[in-house]
Amino acid sequence: MTLLAVENLQLKIHGQPILHDIDFTVAPGETLGIIGESGSGKSLSALSIMQLLPNGSEVSGSIIFDGGQLLDKSEREMCDVRGDEIGMVFQEPMTALNPVQTIGQQVAETVAVHQRTGRRAAMKVAAQTLERVGLPNDRFPLSRYPHELSGGQRQRVVIAMAIALRPRLLICDEPTTALDVTTQAQVISLLKSLTADSGMGLILISHDLAVVADTADHIVILRHGRVVDSGPANTIFTELRHPYTQQLYRASAYAPAHTREGVDTQALLEVREVCRDYPLPRRTLFGSKQWFRAVDSVSFVIRRGENVGLVGESGCGKSTLARAILGLEPCQSGSIVLDGEVMYADTGMPQSLRRKVQVVFQDPYASFNPRHKVSRLVAEPFHLLSPVPDRNERARRVAEALISVGLTEADGEKYIHEFSGGQRQRIAIARALIIRPQLIVLDEPVSALDVSIRAQILDLLAGLSAQLQLSYLFISHDLSVVRAITDRVLIMQAGKIVEQGDTEMVFNAPQHPYTKSLLASVPRLPGS
Amino acid sequence: MSSTALSFRRNLLIGGSIALLFVLAALLSFVWTPYDVASLDIANKLKKPGVDYWFGTDHFGRDIFSMIMVGARTSIAVAIVAVGIGLLVGVPLGLAAAAWRHSPPDELIMRGNDLVFAFPALLIAIMITAVFGPGAVNAIIAIGIFNIPVFARLTRGAALTLWTRDFILAARVAGKNPLRISLEHILPNTLNLLIVQGTIQFSLGILAEAGLSYVGLGAQPPTPSWGRMLAESQTMISFAPHLALFPGFAILLTVLGLNLFGDGLRDYFDPRLRRGSR
Repeated sequence: MTLLAVENLQLKIHGQPILHDIDFTVAPGETLGIIGESGSGKSLSALSIMQLLPNGSEVSGSIIFDGGQLLDKSEREMCDVRGDEIGMVFQEPMTALNPVQTIGQQVAETVAVHQRTGRRAAMKVAAQTLERVGLPNDRFPLSRYPHELSGGQRQRVVIAMAIALRPRLLICDEPTTALDVTTQAQVISLLKSLTADSGMGLILISHDLAVVADTADHIVILRHGRVVDSGPANTIFTELRHPYTQQLYRASAYAPAHTREGVDTQALLEVREVCRDYPLPRRTLFGSKQWFRAVDSVSFVIRRGENVGLVGESGCGKSTLARAILGLEPCQSGSIVLDGEVMYADTGMPQSLRRKVQVVFQDPYASFNPRHKVSRLVAEPFHLLSPVPDRNERARRVAEALISVGLTEADGEKYIHEFSGGQRQRIAIARALIIRPQLIVLDEPVSALDVSIRAQILDLLAGLSAQLQLSYLFISHDLSVVRAITDRVLIMQAGKIVEQGDTEMVFNAPQHPYTKSLLASVPRLPGS
Repeated sequence: MSSTALSFRRNLLIGGSIALLFVLAALLSFVWTPYDVASLDIANKLKKPGVDYWFGTDHFGRDIFSMIMVGARTSIAVAIVAVGIGLLVGVPLGLAAAAWRHSPPDELIMRGNDLVFAFPALLIAIMITAVFGPGAVNAIIAIGIFNIPVFARLTRGAALTLWTRDFILAARVAGKNPLRISLEHILPNTLNLLIVQGTIQFSLGILAEAGLSYVGLGAQPPTPSWGRMLAESQTMISFAPHLALFPGFAILLTVLGLNLFGDGLRDYFDPRLRRGSR
């Protein structure tokens, strides 16, 4: 028996074909995983089921849900299906909730819309549903506002909204991508238990093979709007019948070859007992100022040519620490020594010191001024050289940097919006490389990229490190990536470094309970 | 993509031609107008629009078409200079406030702005004319002062969100000081807002000049201005509607043309749209 059968689904948007011959089925209580890279059409497939497609869409084929053809339903009939029969959870828990409504109101709203019950009855259902998703009413009363909850708790509220009416099918589009690993593990086990308890069908859409492999019964792999491979979750990654499946699988588990040969014994960066405090808003008018300690007496060393990973969950202080090392913010105590020179933050930092450290950020879409050409963007750090190189020298070095990251000289004449995410990240690396720094801080440099692009960028980083004897401080919440590229790793929790050591040793024999829980939360690919 | 590229070219073209038409009319009026606007011709007063007098004549027998040409000088000059004052003073203030965000200089600039904001433009104009006497120059200053906090606030607001962006952090890592970052990165990215606000303020400037002239604080007779023409037509609107209609249309068309031009200009300066069709 099937709950949902999608057959021969075609989608055109403004005449341009987006989806071709998509087929899949979901049985009650079954979890279907849809895997694909960005632009593969996985989200549009889900939106086709919900009939929430953008303007100018033409759908053909058949989507049969519970015996009825969804494509024949009017907008009004679909309104009854959405939320009641089919629930949906989106990626971003921060924007999926209305900040000025309590969580109880928001869950109750779905109930009130569909069942036309009174407020009181709806709130009762909301209370029960929040219990089901693991937010017990005594600890999380209905009167809580979204900003009082963590990211994982908010995602639970979003799931509660989707399942309040006990839909027959739940569609989750990247439900854990914005969450930390430990939170991700909790949300996934919640989704698993919901399907097991209620016989609800689940469609889980993700770019993360390990998450899907861990959760789904059946997997469909999309590429360029087509189903390229499908099969049961327990065999699809062991048989690897389709070349694209192989490619994805390899890219997901990819670790660039790197050796520790280039590592010097000499320390390049020494961070000693660094503390960074932020003032909290005053509670009372005349009360004393309160401080929040984001980084709490952190000490570590990065040697010349060494790649050090910094791992921690969001809000643990890793980005704050990075800013202190970049000299963007002053530390309240402790000292940072780079290449033998003590670093004073911001204005006091000499240019000679500043040019030894550069940075690559996470979001390749936000790291560039959209109004400048690439050659000017890449040349920005030249400002730190004295004397500033002349026009020809600049052009030559910009070209050299672009070529070294796998782009061409001609790319310098383009604007940043003409590049894909992976190419932009290459440009960000070129910008960091251009004045030949000794240390590059990489703040989640591959988190926003597709797995196959991620593998290429990791390769590039590993190659550059070996070739130029660069040191990296590689900040990430993704443990598999950190394991792939670093020599040593620092584990950070609540502003403190709780464990540090050689990457393989920490990963194989974690000592601190927090490290253990982090490692236990990482979903694993079968066969790795 | 190509449809957006087309639409901004169309905006630029239509808006630009309308604005250009009025500027040319204003320039031409220095050397030639169909009739002399300074001399009265009571015999031909209140003529309907026709072959001899395209837009008709007013109660002194002056040619409306000629007056609109000459009036364009006052209206456009007042609006341009007033927007210029607002941009030249307001934008640097806003950039500075954002660069020193949440510190005493920022507070000083922004509270100063609030102070100016608290006075309506008309009140400022009355104060200035009370001290220096009425006239077009004083109207310009009054409207210009009122424009300063508009641009300062807009710039600061846009700049504050930009200062948190990664590419600004990257520029700071490249060792650039706040002044260079403000000029190289912040200002170009606030241009789109400033251009649109600039055209809106330009339109408001023309209207404000009309308003000031209407109450007798703007351009003084016999200098024609669109606002004063409207004001003087008021008592005769029931039997000579063309007196109000033509200056009214002139204001409407200029404002429309400038808004279109501003939209087109904003899109033209955005490389994402300019080269998007490739």
